[in-house]
Amino acid sequence: MEANSNTPYKTHYEKLISEAESTEMILNMGPQHPSTHGVLRLELITDGEIVKEVIPHVGYLHRCFEKHAENLTYQQTIPFADRMDYLASMNNSHAWVMGVERMLGIDKEIPKRIEYIRVLVCELNRIGSHLIALGTYGIDIGAFTPFLWCFRDREHIMNMLEWASGSRMLYNYIWVGGLYYDLPVGFEERCKEFIDYFKPKMKELNELLTENQIFISRTANVGILPLDVAINYGCSGPMLRASGLKWDLRRVDEYSAYPELDFEIPIGKGEMGTTGDCWDRFKVRVDEIEESVKMIEQCLERLMKDLKRTTDFDPRAKLPKKIIPKAQDYYLRAESPRGELGYYFITDGKSEIPKRVKARGPSFNNLHVISEISRGILIADLIAIIGSIDIVLGELDR
Amino acid sequence: MSFNEIKALLIRKFGEEVIVGEELTGLQPALIIHHDRIAEVCLELRDNENTYFDFLACLSGVDYGIEENMFGVVYHLSSLPYKTQLTLKVKKYHDRSREELPSFPSVNQVWRTADWHEREAFDLVGIHFESHPDLRRILLPDDWEGYPLRKDYKAQEYYHGIKV
Repeated sequence: MEANSNTPYKTHYEKLISEAESTEMILNMGPQHPSTHGVLRLELITDGEIVKEVIPHVGYLHRCFEKHAENLTYQQTIPFADRMDYLASMNNSHAWVMGVERMLGIDKEIPKRIEYIRVLVCELNRIGSHLIALGTYGIDIGAFTPFLWCFRDREHIMNMLEWASGSRMLYNYIWVGGLYYDLPVGFEERCKEFIDYFKPKMKELNELLTENQIFISRTANVGILPLDVAINYGCSGPMLRASGLKWDLRRVDEYSAYPELDFEIPIGKGEMGTTGDCWDRFKVRVDEIEESVKMIEQCLERLMKDLKRTTDFDPRAKLPKKIIPKAQDYYLRAESPRGELGYYFITDGKSEIPKRVKARGPSFNNLHVISEISRGILIADLIAIIGSIDIVLGELDR
Repeated sequence: MSFNEIKALLIRKFGEEVIVGEELTGLQPALIIHHDRIAEVCLELRDNENTYFDFLACLSGVDYGIEENMFGVVYHLSSLPYKTQLTLKVKKYHDRSREELPSFPSVNQVWRTADWHEREAFDLVGIHFESHPDLRRILLPDDWEGYPLRKDYKAQEYYHGIKV
């Protein structure tokens, strides 16, 4: 990738396409292709079954999040933040809300019960998101049953979150300074019931898919992402951890109620092949589900004992009347199911509307690395690699 | 390394003129770097064993407003081994009436993360990055007119016969 001042081509892309040989074929994969997980187009330069180069084309789902955020107040933007990563809306709005609260300086005044409810719903949502990642990954590689099992279990989570917020996927539940409503009566008990039901299901899924020899043959030693490449490309979340680095912002930044919870950070160890291969990325997500289950149990215990609901508890009590942060810049990062989710705010201190907002979606950076790790592989392996990255196009294109 | 130590390190290595200002009022202090030197400063911060900012978290192109006519790029660096964060900024006056875009050096050679982020800044804010190998629009179609996150942006009326 040298600076191309002496070549006749304006961009590296032009060079790749123009210099493709006559024996090579340029093939479009997507935007309407089930294994691209949304509207993503990959332009492949192939030599028979071998992929020479992958050129991702993104932007088909661009919905001008940053432009909207420049025209709406902070509270009004929460539903838009939800729609970025639509599989993990709670995590998105949690990050947005935390950023605004820190700029206002009220992040220390949030009651403990609210913090615990936020972490509880975020972790439930993380399980739901990872279940989709695992299920659809199975289907990409040709295993149909795990997909149905994952969606069956995720449905319980959807129902619970719908009960709390009124909506199935896009919740608008976490608000600046509080919550939309307290948890409904009986939610904690129902959640406990779900956890008891769900734990053995993960074991079944592992037996069916994770330790399945066919699955291992398709994913182990495929799409190996070395740690230095992962860091240089800005990969985060399960991608980075599968390459062998213990890096989880829930531990590094210790935000919300996470410092009080006990959980491990699973990393890829190369059990079936090489550290950082597709199987490791899959396994890290499986392990993260178990850690989330642990966190949910701890949250429930506290919510049912010392942080019990009281009749005078109002989750909207701390809601600021007008949200006008001082003039400043602030970058907030948080761990979404896909990695480091960041919001960069620039405020002018006078209006209720931010001057500039930039969202850093983890999928955006995670997908970028695909052209690096997909040179010289088979087309079928490319499908395995895309699935293991677990992109959500809503957040990639914003 | 603390913020002031990093500042001293940069002054020792590149001289006084490399830092043109600093912002200390907010929650995260920021260094404003001379706009021609940003790539070498980033390389030093990445490779120096005392700072080791190996992870570019975010790169944002900013239009600072119609009155100021100032464009800038903000870099959020993190160091994974030291668990520290740093904000760098570059700013440049640019008269909007001219044809060519405000231009900054690309840090694509330092962190490959910057590749797509710089393409996004070019696409939405209209900032040119020198020696970027692949500066194309990324989120919008190739034939879109204007840069939507500029403060003086007016959307085109029709795009291929479709009302915008």
